[in-house]
Amino acid sequence: MTALVLVSVTLVGIAATIVVLTHRPENQAIMLSVFGLALTVMFEVLQAPDVALSQLGVGAVVVPLMIMLTYRRVRRHAGEAESAASSQSEQPSP
Amino acid sequence: MTRGARTALFLVAAAVLGPLLWNVFHDIPAFGQIQHLYRDLAVRASLEQSTANVVSSINFDQRALDTLGEESIFVASVTGVMILLRPDSQERRYLPPASGAVLEAVRLVGYLMLPVTLVLGAETVAHGHLTPGGGFQGGVVLATGLHVLYVSGTYQALDRLRPIGSLDIGEAVGAAAFGGMGVAGMAVGGAFLFNLLPKGTLGNLFSAGTVPLLNVAVGFEIGCGMVVLLAQFLAQEITIAKKGRPE
Repeated sequence: MTALVLVSVTLVGIAATIVVLTHRPENQAIMLSVFGLALTVMFEVLQAPDVALSQLGVGAVVVPLMIMLTYRRVRRHAGEAESAASSQSEQPSP
Repeated sequence: MTRGARTALFLVAAAVLGPLLWNVFHDIPAFGQIQHLYRDLAVRASLEQSTANVVSSINFDQRALDTLGEESIFVASVTGVMILLRPDSQERRYLPPASGAVLEAVRLVGYLMLPVTLVLGAETVAHGHLTPGGGFQGGVVLATGLHVLYVSGTYQALDRLRPIGSLDIGEAVGAAAFGGMGVAGMAVGGAFLFNLLPKGTLGNLFSAGTVPLLNVAVGFEIGCGMVVLLAQFLAQEITIAKKGRPE
């Protein structure tokens, strides 16, 4: 039991460190999901299945998904603004 | 804010918070200890109320007021997202044409898993007072399970299956039902969210008084709210484009 706890806590530590050290937001969202899974395993090992279920749904699925969708939206927005500015400077047509 | 100012702010905050945290962590019972005062009280109270899942008894009976607060935070967040992410006057909605880019294998697994996931979600809500799970967890499973339809099918299929207007009302109804049961408890038992129904036999589906009803209310609210929440984010990505750009 103690060995399982140690392994799961170590996994959480490693996954959390990788999340912090990942700089590109789209990669970070994926790593956040992995971190959420590691936390789920830890809660399960520590005999908190109720918390593990919430963590699995919210921490490993919904939050990374919202980050991913937000990031793609912001990037597309920036791309649109850029292309609009460049097309205006090249050819002043409507 | 410059890097120096940020570091200074952090150091000030850490100097205040650090000793307080140290103080608290110092008095925490050691890891894996047998003695646990709150557990003994909570388990006894839970058994008295015939609630097999002690966590549900704490969340929906002993400390149900805290859960009401959490659900209210969720409703407020979903409302905030809906206000922030509505299409502005420069944007318009359009439905993208269906693209057949989904692998047959993914489609098959999706159609097999969709009913299983929805039944699992409903089961998690309905047995929240007996086994691990409850309204919140089951609601999240229901809401995310519905999106299997998008992964394995089309956005149109998902769009047809989730009437956002009705789900929005469903979320409010769930939240109101929780509050209404609280008021009913006050009228009958003299305390807000008093467990007024007969408790039944420990371990039966119909036991634990109002706990399963509150679970269903929360499951309804979270399930509807989470679908609405994800719909706002998905709409930003898929169905909203600038005016005059059908893409």
